[in-house]
Formats: sequence, structure tokens, C-alpha cells
Amino acid sequence: MSERTESEPGSAAASGASIQLENLTKRYPGNPSPSVDSVSMEIKAGETVIFVGPSGCGKSTTLKMINRLIEPTSGRIRINDEDVTDIDPVKLRRKVGYAIQSSGLFPHMTVAENIALVPKMVGWSKAKVKDRVEEMLDLVGLDPREFHGRYPRQLSGGQQQRVGVARALAADPPVLLMDEPFGAVDPITRDHLQDELIRLQHELHKTIVFVTHDFDEAIKLGDRIAVLRERSHIAQFDTPEAILTNPADDFVSGFVGAGAALKRLNLTRVRDVEMAEFPTVTVDDPLQSIFNKLRSGPHNELLMLDRRNRPYKWLRRGDLMRAKGSLARAGQLVHDTVTRDATLHDALEAVLIDSGGRVAVTGRRGEYIGVVDMETLMNSVHELLEADRLAAIEHQHDLEELRHHQTEQELEGGAEES
Amino acid sequence: MGFWDYVSNRHQQLLTDALQHASAVVQCMVIATVLGVVIGVVTYPSGWAAGLAITSTSSILTIPSLAMIGLLIPLVGLGVAPTVVTLTLYGLLPIVRNSIVGLRGVDPSLVDAAKGIGMSRIARLLRVELPLAWPPILTGIRVSTQMLMGIAAIAAYASGPGLGNEIFRGIASLGSANAINQVLAGTLGIVVLALLFDAVYVLIGRLTIPRGIRV
Repeated sequence: MSERTESEPGSAAASGASIQLENLTKRYPGNPSPSVDSVSMEIKAGETVIFVGPSGCGKSTTLKMINRLIEPTSGRIRINDEDVTDIDPVKLRRKVGYAIQSSGLFPHMTVAENIALVPKMVGWSKAKVKDRVEEMLDLVGLDPREFHGRYPRQLSGGQQQRVGVARALAADPPVLLMDEPFGAVDPITRDHLQDELIRLQHELHKTIVFVTHDFDEAIKLGDRIAVLRERSHIAQFDTPEAILTNPADDFVSGFVGAGAALKRLNLTRVRDVEMAEFPTVTVDDPLQSIFNKLRSGPHNELLMLDRRNRPYKWLRRGDLMRAKGSLARAGQLVHDTVTRDATLHDALEAVLIDSGGRVAVTGRRGEYIGVVDMETLMNSVHELLEADRLAAIEHQHDLEELRHHQTEQELEGGAEES
Repeated sequence: MGFWDYVSNRHQQLLTDALQHASAVVQCMVIATVLGVVIGVVTYPSGWAAGLAITSTSSILTIPSLAMIGLLIPLVGLGVAPTVVTLTLYGLLPIVRNSIVGLRGVDPSLVDAAKGIGMSRIARLLRVELPLAWPPILTGIRVSTQMLMGIAAIAAYASGPGLGNEIFRGIASLGSANAINQVLAGTLGIVVLALLFDAVYVLIGRLTIPRGIRV
């Protein structure tokens, strides 16, 4: 188990670094059983790994051992194959970004001063630090001119958290540790921050280790999830899909909770599924051609787009008659749209609420892309679950084969020795 | 002679005394602040050390000031030396106590964050903990100064400088024409000085407490 040092192919291209934990253990004096008991784990460069588990399972302790805020009692930590268990912790922490709950911003420093802290400590030039601060604020979606000179208490919780992430990333560390960073903000802001983090990670490819007790957050953010039970024992360490469809044991399935299939919807985006065919017209089309389209097609409904190609109105067959041929009064305004990046969960929600059972999908600038309805959603969910099942079976098969292979090797080794 | 006549006749002397009084207090405050904050910084992490620091500085404060100066004369002689030692010792308690309370009051998650982003022990202290603890420390310094203003008057007993001389001269010649005027001039002088200093502290607070944590 301890021989896990082979380097990942392609890790040089990613800006993250791999992390290896080897038999990491933390014992506190006066406590007979260790708080973290021999955790071994390999995290690939550029990967987002979520530690999830009940309160007091040692997930935070395990995270804090990576940057040695808590010194491990025994075990090794390697970052990019470099053993960092015994190097100067201050030096180590400057290479590892750290973001915590309720942001941890220093209230007596401005936003810019907070972000500039680490770059200054590692000795960047003044001009470079200044540029970097602007860049980081931009990156986390805050206007540099507006927020530069503000103090943390003048920001909302969500903005503080963004600055916290900007500070953690300021010196461009390959690894980012996040300890329940979104635990103290309201659900709506949390959702936004999670989306932001996903976007950031798409751009930056850091290695992120993220601690949470919220399994839905874990599913949303993680490339892989480590479900931890007491003393940080790893109950399952796998992709969100695999954990949802194939939980390793009762503990994991208990933690996944009810509605695994519904949660599965969070893992797929609208852009990944097939959209329904739907006839469209634009507001500038002549009335007659709209009539013809409604009458001739198999659909008894069509979607009208405005001049900038954005969904505007749903038109049913009788609508034009009832409005006496006036386009301005006919039809039903489009209330809700989803973007291509929305999850199937969001799309299902929108479809359920919509009186007509369909929702328009839009692109980045609100332009029309397609329509999703109940039928297309059902079909894609069935396909997804089927694919997951097949993958799980294959996965198990692989594992068994590996185990089989290992036993064989051991047998052979034993034979050679004797 | 009326009080104001007395003041205008002796204004030269009174001004010199007031200046000396103020300068003695300021110098002793500087020493007490440095010592007090250092004692606070050294002792606040451990419970018993902090307790010891607070108990010993408060027991110093219970010694009557006259007795303290009297006891110091055989050790350090007359004049400035016993004054400085006494004032500095008396000034310690509020500063030590407020330093410890202030440093302990810094949000542990901020200290954790400071560690986590790679600040060294010294950097953490100078850039995070002390600035955040500064408002209570400054309050301690302010209280100390007010206290020392009054105690400094006793220094005249050991031939020290300051407005205390005026008061002691008045008390020594009670019954004579200017006795009451002398005591009054010395006392009022101290009150005025104390008020002036308080105003200065408000200004110092404005200038040194970072905008982000000002209430």
C-alpha cells in the first residue's frame, strides 16, 4: 500500500500537483483511539477531491494535516512526489492555498491588502503584486475598481467568501485546500459560489481538496468523493456517479440518503442531453406564415423568438384566433429558461413548474438553443442510469480481476521464494 | 491675592511644572507601554503565565504610592529615578491586562487563517494579532495615563518634578496667604493636563486604529 509514487502521465501540463497521503495518523494525547487513523489516499494533479462525512469524523483534521496546521503523529505527505512531512511548515503553506469557513479575511486590511498578503510574503515585486490583485478580483467576479479599497465588513458574506478564495489563490499555489468554505452563507449564495468554483476550476486546473458535510455539495463539485466514517476511515473513494449508483456499503448509502436517482440529475448538464425538436418563428415573421406553420406541423404549439433570437412567447393553435389575429396579445410569455450549463435537476424543476411541461434552453447571451420537455428528460435519465449500471459492473469486474491478478502474483512470488 | 492673580503672577513657574509633569508622565507611559505589551505578548498564550502577570501587576497597584516612593528612595535616591520607577510600575496593570484580553480576544479562526496562508509566528503577531488587539490596548494606555497624572503629583515628595511641588508647598504652608491658591493651581493644572491628554488619545485612536475595525 505504501508504494504509490508513480507519477501521473500528463501531470506536467496541469497546473495542479498530485498529493499522496501515506498512513496519515493523528493521535491526541489523552485519547486512546486516534482521531485520524492511517489514511492513505492518492489525489491526482488537477483533480477536485471532496472529503465528506458526518461531523467529528476527522475530515477537517485530515485536511489540516495536508498543510500541517495539524502536525501528523505519523505517516507521510507528498506533494508532487516531494516529501513535505518535515519541511518548514511556513514554506509549505505558501505553496498551498487555504480557504476556510466565513472567509477568514483580516478585518483590519482592505480587500486588496488581504489578497496581496501571500504574493508579498513570497517576495513578488510591488507592480506584479498590484496587477495580480486586480487579476484575482476579476477572476472571482468582483469589480477591482469598486472592491479594491473596501474593508471586509463592507462586503456581503458571498463577496467575502470570493475574496477569501482570491486570497488563497493569489500566489498561484498548485494546491488549494478548502475547509467548508461555503458553510456559512445562505443557500442561494452558496449555489452561486459553487458555480463560480466550478468555472474557476475549469480555467485553473488546481488540485482542490474540499471538506464538507453536505453530500449534495460534494456531488456538485467533486471529480471524486471520499466518504469518510469515524476516525477518517475511507468508506468509499470514487466518482460521484459511482457512489450514487453503487454505494460500497450501508454507511455510504445512508450518507447518500434517499433520492439517489434525483441527485444523479445534478451530475449531468443540459448540454449533454438530446433536446426535443420544436418549431420556432420570430416576431418579424408575417402572420400568415405563422398560421401556416401552426396548422401544418405535427405540433400544436410553437415558440416565438424576439429580434435577438431569445425565447419570447409560447404560441398555441387557438391563441391567435382568440387574440383576433393580434400577435401582441396572443400567446403566453416565456417566464423561465435554463442555460446549457444548468443541471438536469434544474431543468426538471423548470419543466415541472411550467404549465405546458417544457422549458426553453438558452445559450450564453440568452439566445435560443432548444427545448427540453418531460419526455426527453425521462429518456436521458433512463439512459444515464443504464450507463451508470454498466460502468459499475465493469468497475467491479476490473477490481476483481486486479485482485485475482494480485493473488496470482503473490502465489508466483511465493513459489519463486520457496 | 485672588486665585487668578496668583496664577498670572506665577504662570512661568506653573507652566514649567506642568511641562515637567506632562513629560514625566509621557516618558513613563512609553516605558510602561513597551513593557506592558511585551509582558502581554509573552504571557497571553499560557493561562498561568497570563494570570501571574495580571496578579503581580495588580498587587503592585495596591501599594500606596507614597509608601512606594518612600521605599524606593533608599534604593535609587531622590529626584527623577524614584518617580520614573513608581510611575512605570503603576502604569503597567491596565496595559498588561488589556494586552492579554485583547490578544486573547482575536478570533481564533483568523489566527488559523494567518497560519494557513503561511505567515510566520512574528508576522502573525505583528500583522494580525497586535493590530486587531490594538483598540483594547490603546484603552489600557489611556486609563494608565489618567491614573499616572494623579500619581505623578506624589513624586514631589521625593523631590521629583511636576505640579505636585505646587500642591506640597501649599500643604506645607497651610494658613499662609497663598497656601490654598498653590494647592488649587496644582490640582487644576493636573486636571487640565489629563483632559488634554485624553483628547490626544482620541486623536491617536483615530490615526492608528485601522478603518476596517473602527467602531
